[in-house]
Amino acid sequence: MAHYIVGTVKTAAGEVPKVSTALTAKDVFGSWLARWGVNRMHYGVPPGLYCVGDANPESPVVVSANYKMSFDVLRKNLAGLAAWILVIDTRGINVWCAAGKGTFGTDEIVGRLAEVDLAKVVSHRTIIVPQLGAPGVAAHEVSKRSGFAVVYGPVRASDLPAFLAAGLQAASAMRRVNFTFRDRIVLTPIELVGVLKPAVVIGLGLVVLQALGFDVLSLAVIYPYIGAVLVGCVVAPALLPWLPGRAFSLKGWLAGAVWTVVVAAIDNLYLPELSGWRNILIYFLTVPPLAAFLTLNFTGCSTYTSFSGVKKETALSLPLLGCSFLTGVVLLLAGLPGIW
Amino acid sequence: MGLRYLSGVVSLSIEQDKCRGCGRCTEVCPHGVFAMKGDKVSIIDRDACMECGACAKNCPFAAISVNPGVGCAYKVIMSALFGEKRSCGCS
Repeated sequence: MAHYIVGTVKTAAGEVPKVSTALTAKDVFGSWLARWGVNRMHYGVPPGLYCVGDANPESPVVVSANYKMSFDVLRKNLAGLAAWILVIDTRGINVWCAAGKGTFGTDEIVGRLAEVDLAKVVSHRTIIVPQLGAPGVAAHEVSKRSGFAVVYGPVRASDLPAFLAAGLQAASAMRRVNFTFRDRIVLTPIELVGVLKPAVVIGLGLVVLQALGFDVLSLAVIYPYIGAVLVGCVVAPALLPWLPGRAFSLKGWLAGAVWTVVVAAIDNLYLPELSGWRNILIYFLTVPPLAAFLTLNFTGCSTYTSFSGVKKETALSLPLLGCSFLTGVVLLLAGLPGIW
Repeated sequence: MGLRYLSGVVSLSIEQDKCRGCGRCTEVCPHGVFAMKGDKVSIIDRDACMECGACAKNCPFAAISVNPGVGCAYKVIMSALFGEKRSCGCS
């Protein structure tokens, strides 16, 4: 039995597992690993009906995705309350992303309501669906097909106690998505992990170049690019509201340009053999575009970029970034000692 | 939220004739794009729209249309290279 199940509650539709509202070290560690991409696509909870506290037929019903992190955040925020939790099958994906894919959707909710026989468990006919599930759920269709009215709950589970206390009313701030410093920082590890695979391929490429006589396998040559990865994946996302411009690629390019100035200064002080205008030019052609490209990828993590906007930004920026980067690489290879 | 994305790009529109003023769209929109004006809904902040599609999906009168999608550059690039079917790797 899963460690978060602490008992059962008898209902007219059978026994329902009761879950703890306190997260254990195992839950916290599991979330941390998932943030780093470990077991992230297999971090699920079995779909079905659960409860917290002494749930009775009048207790509210809250719907959740079967991503363990979503489930954990929900049960933690229901501490001290009595409620039913209907976990639907989103294939282990969080509410908002699953709603975008349609797996957190009308059909799944209607089917799951029937499967757990919720009409027998509760005396009321209302389910609380997280607001971020709305892109996948047609509330009026759920009502028509299941007899359960959908009330959209707040964006953040932490607002649920206030929402429930107010008689299922959400203050307008509870309906708004943010993208706070913390929201952004927790998403940066998965960005770094995403760079690992291409980094291995590029690393192998460098080994081949070294074998061909290009002197590329030195920290002096590589560190500006390691820095560019950190700027694009971590620094620019962290500083997002303070970097000028609206396009992610522009924000990332500017942050990368600042790093390039730092690199030029470091080389000038400590690596005189690498300093000089030619190398500074190469850095400016390659380092900011790399940071810009990685920051552009962070649009996928953001909570406010539209598909139309990202399509436009990508179409405009990618050719410029690509040309700049390739020109720089050609200049770099042509100028490296050891072959010409 | 202080962060704003590109302006004048989104595919959102509303047919006022079909709107019956239920206000569901004002409830589901995560960016405050809609507001009730009298007995109908108006778009008050179009550029804040992220095209998640929640409003159109939840409009019982099909008054709202938007081309829903995920604002993810990785997905844009992958679908340009390998076709629209390719899903992103996100959870």
